[in-house]
Amino acid sequence: MNSRTVSKEASSGGALPNALALTLLLPLTLLLAGAFVTPILVLIFESLFAPHLTFEHYAKGLTQPLYLGVLMRTIRTACVVTAMCFLLGYPVALVMSRQKGRRVIYLAACVLIPLWTSVLVRSYAWIVLLQRKGIVNTALMDAGIISEPLKLLYTDAAVMLAMTHVLLPYMILPIYSALIAIPPDLDKAARNLGAGPIDSFFRVVFPNSLPGVYAGTIIVFILALGFYVTPALVGGPQSMTIATLIAQQTTELLNWPFAGALAGILLAATLGLVSVFGRFLRIGKGV
Amino acid sequence: MQPRKAIDWGRLSLNAYAAAVLVFLMVPSLLIIPISLGSEPFIQFPPRSLSLRWYLELIRDPAWIASFLFSLKIAIATTVMATIVGTLASLALVRGRLRFASALQVLTLAPLVVPHIVIAVALYLVFAPIGLTGSFLGFLIAHSMLSVPYVVITVTSALQKLDPSLEFAALSCGASRPKAFLLVVLPNIAPGVAAGAIFAFLASFDEATVSFFISGVEGKTITRKLFEDIDYNLTPVIASVSSVILLISILLMLLVERMRRPTTQD
Repeated sequence: MNSRTVSKEASSGGALPNALALTLLLPLTLLLAGAFVTPILVLIFESLFAPHLTFEHYAKGLTQPLYLGVLMRTIRTACVVTAMCFLLGYPVALVMSRQKGRRVIYLAACVLIPLWTSVLVRSYAWIVLLQRKGIVNTALMDAGIISEPLKLLYTDAAVMLAMTHVLLPYMILPIYSALIAIPPDLDKAARNLGAGPIDSFFRVVFPNSLPGVYAGTIIVFILALGFYVTPALVGGPQSMTIATLIAQQTTELLNWPFAGALAGILLAATLGLVSVFGRFLRIGKGV
Repeated sequence: MQPRKAIDWGRLSLNAYAAAVLVFLMVPSLLIIPISLGSEPFIQFPPRSLSLRWYLELIRDPAWIASFLFSLKIAIATTVMATIVGTLASLALVRGRLRFASALQVLTLAPLVVPHIVIAVALYLVFAPIGLTGSFLGFLIAHSMLSVPYVVITVTSALQKLDPSLEFAALSCGASRPKAFLLVVLPNIAPGVAAGAIFAFLASFDEATVSFFISGVEGKTITRKLFEDIDYNLTPVIASVSSVILLISILLMLLVERMRRPTTQD
């Protein structure tokens, strides 16, 4: 190696020259352009030009009572699931943040293992629990609480319950990271100044954990809006969401322009939420 | 004299509530395992007698084996592809000085937030006419795109923790860039790369929505086969397949945790 090259590398402070950086980014750019951006643009194109520019498919999705009902149910489900995730998840994050050493790892495993267990397996588990002769009905009948099996599966409630189960880790993890970032001295100081544990929690700890709450809320809400597998398996024909409607339009009715429009609406809602609340986001399965 | 410590009911009920939620998180999936060990031709809990009947049925069924091997092949190839592409890109994102790098980083993470149903129908729309549905290549492309964000997240965070002066020192001593990368940078970020690779494997192997849409009659992943069977014939074989998938996920997650915390302090 000659001294000229060495001095060039040295003068850049070890940073990559632009040509090299571009080369390194090329495979990723091709992958995202080819497998992500282009297909989505083709789908949106399909919904807008059939063959001339038209918004009729978007209008249909947003105005016809049948489809408007599906949209409303999707939003309602996402709201309920997000609220349940918060109510169930916050105390878990709080308890986790107060543990030390090995116990943190055990608790984290309880959150991370479900997160990385296939959504299909977890939805199947709820089918086994909730079906007509399932574990819940059998237990309730054996206990003499009910005499006839209840219809639990293929209902809106089943979808909400199973989705809460699937999405809960996405709420716990960001709240946990926000909580462990709060210096423990803050709580101690509040207590020394005479605040009780509840007072100190609501006036010191909780307000400081809000960034994590916002991050968890927005990611759970976004994932719940577009969730497909769980509503498709656990929900019935009456509990259709926008994702299962898109699937039905493509696989059964082959109505691509309308499916494209519904996908466009869902995409716009998602990107809208990300652009407004994106600064709170720390995405990715707890990676 | 120390005052006797009163029972902290507040803390106790908080811990009990959290424990109940963790049970709610863990138990439904774990229930699958005893169910898969039942011997009756229908789902029974608790099983009256234990048997490996449904596992034997599983390994004797060529359709399950074919879809399992297909998924495995896709997941391994995806892991290699996503890890290489993601690691190279992370180097440029962390050590480069390109202006549009932050925009590209946002785009890289986009497949994590854009609903998979949108990606799935979009990929089906462009893959079907060119014969990529149900094909290994189609899955490799789709799953690499879905998995690469995990690699980029873990590798960029490993690179950010690595002191750039190490690489700089190697370069100043006359090492070429590839040599400095292989001998200095890579060994230091190896845990991050390995974690990213495991996440990429799981993201591909467990992926359900996109696989559902781009599977074919022949080229079918295990998630697509599972999806169909849960919908149409709910036999205990599904419990045994689910248990196998569950155990693979648990083992790989434990591996990641082990790598992340090589020394645990109590």
